[in-house]
Amino acid sequence: MRYSIFSLARNALNYHQDWPKAWRSPDPKPEYDAIIIGGGGHGLATAYYLAKEHGMTNVAVLEKGWLGGGNTGRNTTIVRSNYELDGNALFYEKALQLWEGLSQDLNYNVMFSPRGVLNLMHTDGAVDAAQRRGNAMRLNGIDAEWWTPEMIKSRVPLIEIDNGGHFPIMGGLMQPRAGTARHDAVAWGYARGADMRGVDIIQNCEVTGIDVDNGRVTGVQTTRGAIRSKKVGLAVAGHTSQVAAMAGLRLPIESHVLQAMVSEPLKPCLDTVITSGVAHMYISQSDKGELVFGGDLDFYNSYAQRGNFPCIEHVVASILYLFPTFSRLRLMRSWGGIMDMSMDGSPIIGKTPIDGLYLNGGWCYGGFKATPGSGWVFAHTMAEDRPHELNELFTLDRFHKGYVIDERGAGPIPGAH
Amino acid sequence: MFNIKCPWCGDRAETEYTYKGDAAIRRPDPETASDEEWLDQIYLRDNPSENHDELWQHSSGCRQFIKVRRNMKSHKILKTGTPDESFPEDTI
Repeated sequence: MRYSIFSLARNALNYHQDWPKAWRSPDPKPEYDAIIIGGGGHGLATAYYLAKEHGMTNVAVLEKGWLGGGNTGRNTTIVRSNYELDGNALFYEKALQLWEGLSQDLNYNVMFSPRGVLNLMHTDGAVDAAQRRGNAMRLNGIDAEWWTPEMIKSRVPLIEIDNGGHFPIMGGLMQPRAGTARHDAVAWGYARGADMRGVDIIQNCEVTGIDVDNGRVTGVQTTRGAIRSKKVGLAVAGHTSQVAAMAGLRLPIESHVLQAMVSEPLKPCLDTVITSGVAHMYISQSDKGELVFGGDLDFYNSYAQRGNFPCIEHVVASILYLFPTFSRLRLMRSWGGIMDMSMDGSPIIGKTPIDGLYLNGGWCYGGFKATPGSGWVFAHTMAEDRPHELNELFTLDRFHKGYVIDERGAGPIPGAH
Repeated sequence: MFNIKCPWCGDRAETEYTYKGDAAIRRPDPETASDEEWLDQIYLRDNPSENHDELWQHSSGCRQFIKVRRNMKSHKILKTGTPDESFPEDTI
């Protein structure tokens, strides 16, 4: 059923008792043309674009838990494409362009809100680097504006500009088209769109092995039996190392925990996304009124979806340094997600040494914004058995060859990206 | 907050330490190392989801490196020792 004002009115007459399920829950078939492991945003988007753009509908998405129950439902919902380097810039811009039309394309409201993302700069060096990044973005056709402290104060009245001379805000790099989106809706919208085109979405189905014969993938073993396929795509960020190890691959990835938290709800007081590299934080206000924020990793390997108090204290201190007025608020919830931290801070999307096995991972803590673009290029990579031009630099062998894409210039220290 | 036992200073708070990553990594001999050995040391990690042997530096204390075996899901610290100490596989 198409969602529209008419279907809403029609169902209102029945007290909303007769809405059909948004997607089926089929049993797995013995064989598919393609299997995607991981029913988060990236896996579901891949299935959607495989069906929509490449005509592959005999596809299964295998999810060990429930849809969007991993990092898709645990992020701070920020969407942006303010990258400088080749490989990153146009890829994330493609993702942002897909975001802009996503609700219409999916017939599902993902609540994309282009409220702008403003990166604050507090030192001369940071100002230079941000302006260079802004110029690189504009050369790539991506929107970027330099904002003075006066412009920032007028848009964000609660912010503290001077901080008594201690790392005052010297300006900011604004991307007006960036913003936020409803994270769960992205998973649900892609799931519904893929399901409508014939994709089988199989939840509570954990992959326990990947079958490889003579260097070619032949299928997967799952808790619901063996499933054959000549193409298997991994989209399991957080546990990429474990699933890839089932096929004998050892990856340039460490898993770390990143925390996020929300305050009690407030009336509207912050209508853009604010980030600061010096203060190590990012903050926005959700439609429910909660302030949503986060900051650094906890800086140790972890597969627990929770972190520790020193990091929460650090993030909150950073928030209060820029917004002293928030000191009266209470924290409602905090949680953690497992990040695939790649060795150069950029994702890996492409082929592996095993024929028919494709890898999508290493998202560090920026996977959510990439969801549509990631699905777009991964679907192309799986369908055509070669990367799309937008992901041809995100290869797994770039670490071996020395073509790393290190946006931050931090070197092979996963926690530093 | 982790309570990490430094072999030299005793129990200290996590905030006194800096995390230094996988303790199993060994720098190859630069005179003879192949590209694959460098790839292995610089980039590739086992990244286990159960127990992980890792190095922490007691950076706000004695500044020594120490070796820690920690569970990746419960965060429980199972054993600490000097960096060259070998931990038996069966430490629970």
